[in-house]
Amino acid sequence: MSALLSVEGVAAGYGKITALHGVDLQIHAGEIVTLIGANGAGKSTLMMTICGSPQARSGRVVYDGRDITRQPTHLTMRQGIAQSPEGRRIFQRMTVLENLRLGASVVSPEYFDADLARMYDLFPRLKERESQRGGTLSGGEQQMLAIARALMGRPKLLLLDEPSLGLAPLIVRHIFEVIRELNQREGLTVFLVEQNAFHALKLAHRAYVMVNGRITMSGTGQDLLNNDDVRAAYLEGGRRETAGA
Amino acid sequence: MATASNIRPGPTRAASLEQGAFVWSVALADAAKAAALAGILGFFFIGMKTDIAGDGLVLSYRWAALGHAVLIVFLGRLLLDALLGKAAPVTTQMLTAGIFIAGIAGIMTQDATGGSLPARALVGAVLGGLIVAVLYGVALWRRRPAPARAEATRQARFAIPIGIALVLLALTLPFLITTFLPGQQRQFIDLAILILTYVMLGWGLNIVVGLAGLLDLGYVAFYAVGAYSFALLSTCFPFIGFWSALPLAGMLAGMWGLVLGFPVLRLRGDYLAIVTLAFGEIIRVVLLNWVDFTNGPNGISGVPKPTFFGLEFSRGEGGFADFFGLEFSTIHRFIYLYYIILALAFLTNFVTLRLRKLPIGRAWEALREDEIACRALGINTTNTKLTAFGIGAMFGGLAGAFFATRQGFVSPESFTFMESAIILAIVVLGGLGSQMGVVIAATVMIGGIEMLRHISFVGQIFPGVDPVQYRMIIFGLAMVAIMIWKPRGFISRRNPSAVLKERKSIGADLVSQGEGH
Repeated sequence: MSALLSVEGVAAGYGKITALHGVDLQIHAGEIVTLIGANGAGKSTLMMTICGSPQARSGRVVYDGRDITRQPTHLTMRQGIAQSPEGRRIFQRMTVLENLRLGASVVSPEYFDADLARMYDLFPRLKERESQRGGTLSGGEQQMLAIARALMGRPKLLLLDEPSLGLAPLIVRHIFEVIRELNQREGLTVFLVEQNAFHALKLAHRAYVMVNGRITMSGTGQDLLNNDDVRAAYLEGGRRETAGA
Repeated sequence: MATASNIRPGPTRAASLEQGAFVWSVALADAAKAAALAGILGFFFIGMKTDIAGDGLVLSYRWAALGHAVLIVFLGRLLLDALLGKAAPVTTQMLTAGIFIAGIAGIMTQDATGGSLPARALVGAVLGGLIVAVLYGVALWRRRPAPARAEATRQARFAIPIGIALVLLALTLPFLITTFLPGQQRQFIDLAILILTYVMLGWGLNIVVGLAGLLDLGYVAFYAVGAYSFALLSTCFPFIGFWSALPLAGMLAGMWGLVLGFPVLRLRGDYLAIVTLAFGEIIRVVLLNWVDFTNGPNGISGVPKPTFFGLEFSRGEGGFADFFGLEFSTIHRFIYLYYIILALAFLTNFVTLRLRKLPIGRAWEALREDEIACRALGINTTNTKLTAFGIGAMFGGLAGAFFATRQGFVSPESFTFMESAIILAIVVLGGLGSQMGVVIAATVMIGGIEMLRHISFVGQIFPGVDPVQYRMIIFGLAMVAIMIWKPRGFISRRNPSAVLKERKSIGADLVSQGEGH
């Protein structure tokens, strides 16, 4: 089975700094794949490299059979990849509805009403906040908006960069539940970059671990959850007792 | 998020003002302190004066003037404390106001020289009353209940009727002026034309700075390109009139907007501002030095006036007045010019308002908010920036063509950095992205500068003071005051460009306050 997205020996960085040293990674259609790692491991850089900003210095990024390594970001985003970027990057002064409309920039306007209704089903909270400015939403609501905005582009592959960042556990659970639902119900392929390794590994079908710009481990989510090294590095500290639950 | 805190208004100052009450002894001590400071500061500046006499400098003393200044500060500080400081009873407020007015009137009788004694006292009392009224207004404004939703709805409810009233006023203004101010009709219609030109320029720049968030300090370049396009086209090719040259001037300016846009695509903020500033200067310097083409500093004269469907505004056979059987009057041409710039300004506004609701307009605003997020959503930021530059420049060019036909003469002197600064100040003071704000700011700034030319009557009261020379200072102070009280411009509300039909009742204006639920 060929991968929907494959990253082949990609090296990338900013200026003189090289953040990724030959990363290989595959995402198959219908999968949830997670990438975990510590701060500064290069997780976000990998996600941005897939999008083409920065572009890979060597190696290839192949999406749906096409080489997108050197493609401008906005074209990549029109071919069925959507991203909820690190730090959410909501349009602060624009309303929730306007944010969602901007998310639908790349698709034909005929889908808008139906897609909007679908987003409000997934995140009823956004419907309540429809005409409120993005900057006045709570962190959790902003994250929901960032995901909904990405989904408005009708992606085949959704890239999520740290959706749990700075959120209360209850909201993290809700957001991960929605991701699972989207994957199961609609077959959406999800690539999830996370520091919250426990939740991410539980959610993911497969997972990669990144250390200093290199993939050091990969396997099914459950495998990595049970792996002693992973537990020691990413799951210690209050998580152990709930790990079995 | 850092920006989230900027959006919610902090606790209003009114609340903190209510703590404690007005105490006479404290207020008097405060006033005495201020007066003492004024005395020390003014000792050399007001109290002494050097004059050039036959054999060098002669020192003269003006202790009376210093005393008056100290007294004004003392009374003024007392008044400020009573009105704006701690909560003071009404009687105290009235008492301090009375003392203040009496003090000003008394000083006037001493200091001023023009007019009779009672007249001077009266002028002083009026002046004092005016200051008290302004302070009282500020006090009322600061003690108003917390704004938030009630005010937002009120503003929203009045927005449409006010807009209609303003449009009607703009449409009938020349006739109002000719009817009610026949003596100064030319002067006032000219001023209205000038204000409208800046409104149009402000609206044009608002696309670039207000909507797309690209700080452009060289907008005057496109104004110049438009003006020179029309001047050169019409003088080199006599068959080209205003109406055929207008779109050409707009297109040429728009093209230069794109030319400037390309090299600065990667720049933002300060860097972009510097490059656009340089571009504005380059255009001016080229116009100044390319003598063969532009006639250099001498400029181009004899730019034709616009015609009304081929009718010229001239005396005698075949002119506008002759054709319609009117008595010839030079004012007809000014009224016509007024309607041209009004139409051009409306066109700018209409196009901007329409574009805001289209994907490109939304992309501009998204670009202003977050460029990276834009790219992540598949928006082509390159094209978005270029269209903003191009369309903004086009409107600048149209305004420039109008400027050329109105003046009949163009020279590089009209397109200095000062013009760019004024246009940018109009946009910023009005509130970035707000169309109505631009109108208010242009009226206040351009009209205000002109009005300050007519304050020479102050000089009759204070001999030796030419207030006209202070108008830029007054103007600058007013700008500082606006930025302190309304840091986001006169109108900081932003109407969303997308509202669902069935939820229209929620009111776009609640939304822009971040208060809609």
